[in-house]
Amino acid sequence: MSLAECRSAGALEVKFVPDEDVLRHIADDAGIKVQKGKNQLIANTKRFVKKLEAISDDEAQEVLEEKSYVAVLGVCGEESMTNGSSVGGGEVYTFQTPKRSNKMAELASELAQTPGQSAVPDPSKCPEKTAKTPQSSKRSSSSQVQQKTKKNEFVSTTPYRLRKRLAAPDAQLESESEYSASCSEEEEGEEAQKEVSTVLSHQKTPAKTKAVSTPPSRKTLTKKKDNMNNLVEEYFEAHSSSKVLTSDRTLQKLRRKRLNQQTLHDLLQKSPLAYAAEIKELNQQYESLFSKWMLQLHLGFNIVLYGLGSKHDLLEKFRTSMLQDCVHLVVNGYFPSITVKSVLNSITEEVLDHIGTFRSPLDQLEFIVKRFKEDSSLELYVLIHNLDSQMLRGERSQQILAQLSSLPSIYLIASIDHINAPLMWDQAKQSLYNWLWYETTTFSPYVEETSYENSLLVQQSGSLALSSLTHVLRSLTPNARGIFRLLAQYQLENKDNASYPGLSFQDFYQQCREAFLVNSDLTLRAQLTEFRDHKLIRTKRGADGVEYLLIPVDDSTLSDFLEKEDEDI
Amino acid sequence: MSTRSLSKGCFVFKPSPKKRKVSRTTAYYFREGSSDLEDSELRFATCQSLQKQVKSETEQIEEELNEQLFDNLVSFLRRSHSAFQEKKTEWTCRTKSREIPTAALVLGVNVTDHDFTFRSLSEVLQNNVTPYIALLEAKDCPGIKNLMQKLLGQLMNCCIDVDSSEEEDYEHVSRSRVRCSMTTLINWYESATKRTDSETPGKKRTSSRHWQSPPVVVIFKDMESFTTKVLQDFVVISSQHIGEFPLVLIFGIATSPMIIHSLLPHSVSSLLCIELFQSLSCKDHLSTIIDKILLTTQFPLKLSEKVLQVLINIFLYHDFSVQNFIKGFQLCIVEHFHSNPLSVLCCQLEEAKRRVNSLSHNQCENVRRLPSFRRYVESQVSEKQIALLTVDSSLKEAVQKLLEDLNVYHENYFPILRCLHVFTSSLPKYPLGKQIRELHCACLENRVWETEEYESSLQLARMLNKSDLVTMLQKCVEILVSSPGREFDEIVEKLKEFLTQFQKLEEAYQERDESISPQKELQKKTNLYHLQKTLLELKESRRSKKLTKFEMLRFEVVDYIDSLVRHYLVPADHKTLHEIVYFNTASVLREHLNAAPRIALHTALNNPYSYLKSEVL
Repeated sequence: MSLAECRSAGALEVKFVPDEDVLRHIADDAGIKVQKGKNQLIANTKRFVKKLEAISDDEAQEVLEEKSYVAVLGVCGEESMTNGSSVGGGEVYTFQTPKRSNKMAELASELAQTPGQSAVPDPSKCPEKTAKTPQSSKRSSSSQVQQKTKKNEFVSTTPYRLRKRLAAPDAQLESESEYSASCSEEEEGEEAQKEVSTVLSHQKTPAKTKAVSTPPSRKTLTKKKDNMNNLVEEYFEAHSSSKVLTSDRTLQKLRRKRLNQQTLHDLLQKSPLAYAAEIKELNQQYESLFSKWMLQLHLGFNIVLYGLGSKHDLLEKFRTSMLQDCVHLVVNGYFPSITVKSVLNSITEEVLDHIGTFRSPLDQLEFIVKRFKEDSSLELYVLIHNLDSQMLRGERSQQILAQLSSLPSIYLIASIDHINAPLMWDQAKQSLYNWLWYETTTFSPYVEETSYENSLLVQQSGSLALSSLTHVLRSLTPNARGIFRLLAQYQLENKDNASYPGLSFQDFYQQCREAFLVNSDLTLRAQLTEFRDHKLIRTKRGADGVEYLLIPVDDSTLSDFLEKEDEDI
Repeated sequence: MSTRSLSKGCFVFKPSPKKRKVSRTTAYYFREGSSDLEDSELRFATCQSLQKQVKSETEQIEEELNEQLFDNLVSFLRRSHSAFQEKKTEWTCRTKSREIPTAALVLGVNVTDHDFTFRSLSEVLQNNVTPYIALLEAKDCPGIKNLMQKLLGQLMNCCIDVDSSEEEDYEHVSRSRVRCSMTTLINWYESATKRTDSETPGKKRTSSRHWQSPPVVVIFKDMESFTTKVLQDFVVISSQHIGEFPLVLIFGIATSPMIIHSLLPHSVSSLLCIELFQSLSCKDHLSTIIDKILLTTQFPLKLSEKVLQVLINIFLYHDFSVQNFIKGFQLCIVEHFHSNPLSVLCCQLEEAKRRVNSLSHNQCENVRRLPSFRRYVESQVSEKQIALLTVDSSLKEAVQKLLEDLNVYHENYFPILRCLHVFTSSLPKYPLGKQIRELHCACLENRVWETEEYESSLQLARMLNKSDLVTMLQKCVEILVSSPGREFDEIVEKLKEFLTQFQKLEEAYQERDESISPQKELQKKTNLYHLQKTLLELKESRRSKKLTKFEMLRFEVVDYIDSLVRHYLVPADHKTLHEIVYFNTASVLREHLNAAPRIALHTALNNPYSYLKSEVL
């Protein structure tokens, strides 16, 4: 909304930049050759301004509509939001895909602004900027490095910029030439535009340069206390996000590449949680809601918790403080092999003490519904950590859980973490769940939830796989072992080939025959079936319909295994 | 016991039976969690009773709304059914026509509310028409086989409900074994109807409720989502057997009845004998609910403008679900009684007055802290101020009086609002909104007569023609007469006076008809110059012409309405003690009903300061 204002302000400024003025500047300082280009540029500027007006008209209307919608939804309501949900949707959803039209408009207004300011030549600009850089880089050492390299790049790779620095007095020409450069050369344009905005902000508001001149740390800094919705900044944001700054400091570059599980755990344990006091306070705030949750659960609502940070401990605390005297069921959704069937089973078997099996989950659900409807004294609290986990997010599981939660005597309280988790539920499910949403941003680490996952920092030992391999193979015939060896060797030979699909069955059969391991492809198939049953190999069909065989073990384990085999023999 | 395990994801905790206490009541949690301990039990009781009242009221409204539709459907079933019975006797007829009677029920987009509609529909049918009802959903029937399975399963199950339980096992086994085909269905139907015929007298009651040889009703909840093939197959197959058992289809349609023809080819749709039924649109439904629940004095709790806007917007922009709207309203009730200690006074006036007398000192302090009450105190003379702020009894007296005022305000507010709506809803372009809820919001937001829209609507009203004006006035009189307000006699008198004046005007006009119209003079002139001149003169004279009697009267009427609005439609937050009966924390409602997890994540990652409030950040 303020964007529009800024832009229209920019459009107004266009008026007091007379073309003659620009022309005079050009005629004075530059040669004929340049002048030609400049004339075009002026035409460009005019066009831009025209476009800008059109765009801002459209935009204004759009913004107006959006505003009325947002306003009625109460986003900009004056009630103080307890948590940080006061951010409008626009801020969240648009930052990744800046509109092209916006860019143009901003570019244009920027162009329009520069000449106006050029009345004051700024010879001290360059030293000032270089002086600024170290100052800002004090904030973080990492940004310092990047900053420096960037500076170097600017000077070395783009000679015209060098020229510009030498010819500093004429700021107007410079910025325009930069713009033309940005039009022609895409990858340099990015930098050039950044430069423009830095220059601009230097001239206009020296206070802001800090924020602007440190691109890496800027993002985290800007939105904090100063909500200056400056045009330059908006523009800059749109641009910086279009080119994702990905750090190339990957795990590979670490001195100690991988740690084992225990050391990693110990190290993590030692490092203290940042802002522990504040987080604790935040959690206490949520804990005061417990009895309200109970009330609302009893009134027929179900509760879903969302927000950054693990909600495991919070729910656990809720469980221990409120549910000690009630029958309750805790479901760890993050558990890798959880299914909705196991949830239903634990209800029927342990809560309802029913012995017997069901043909399908739906039958089971029917049974549960019937029991709960018959016996009104039955009450069950269900806590689900990570309702949106990989195993539970399926349509059928959600349907069953939703139906379960719609029972009046089953109280469901769940947490979700995935950013798109609400997409799991369509209208029907949502009305079955009857959610009340609670934002519980805890900032606590997802220790429990990720404990079943492999960390990138941990070295995968593979010792388990190796022992199971040898164990299984020891029980097989020598021929079968030979077959497996053959496959393993072939796979190791191809370990450098990233697109290695596996050994095709026909080739494998040929090789086995040559090694006198099998006499017909039936025997080979029988052996393979045995391997497959023990999950030693995996088969998949290629695009051409050929069956490929693969050992699903990583290469180091496989070579270990072969070495060991060789020793045995 | 811990909930961490490597082998298990579900943990059941059962307290030992000794330890298991009587589970705490909802009231306990209400008391525990509420911000103030004062009168929490009383508040909870009030809250519960209010919720119950709202619930029963909404259910009743829904019933009334659906009644017409269901009646039509039942009579349709009866008609098609009688045709079947006739057919049974006339063999020629039976062989000739193979049309399946079909009801196309146009319901509109919303899905969730339709479940309720269908459920009550099947209830109604089950009670009055037939026990054999199958509700089919598209997601259960990807193929004709699944459809038949589902159909047979539901039909045979509902048959079990009627029959005694010892047959259950037998039926259960047979269902899983039986091949699901139309023949099985027919055989089952014959045996089922035979059984009902040969029932023991004790069971006669059930059979008398239904018709003889009750029809089999198959309801397709969401016709659009069914695959064409499944529908075609089903229609063709069942049309082959329509002579052998009475089948009736009901299609739930979200878009338009045309969809039947675009989904089914002519050869198939010609097998259907379609009759169209239209259910009430969800918007009308909402209007009725708002009209009956929010715009009455029946329920003491009122919603502020923001809250109402949030609810309506969730409805309009997100789900079109009246159920969700009611749910939101219920949440408002709970929140209001839970968070506001003074909500104990939010009940009917007599009760509230009684409760005022028993207010504790703390509660009196709470009253004094209300901003609206402070404003009121400040407007009083100094002795009164001191009394109000220090002596509890005088405060209670004042509160009683103020509550009464508030009640009177509401009693007057709603009828006048309706009257104003009568006026504004007929104006072109609807400057103040088409629906009464928009007008209500506008009036709650600020002084409505200060808004531009109101100005323009008044101007438009000054241009209304007489017949419109008269009908509007008549409507207003009706509204005011039927409302319980005490002050309306005068207004009604005044409005009636206006009406009679209009009547008189009409008579006067008829007399004056003979006077020469200026046009006649015009025709005499042929010269262009003269013509122009006269036209100019005419224009001049028209501008400066004295208003006719009708126009005078019209102005008078509009001014009178304006004065009514200024007097009665004062926004509620200008009223003292409005905090007691108005729920106005829209943000709470929005947070809980229309949350934005994405924004929360975004803020937490980008701007942790908003959560952690640490100076370092």
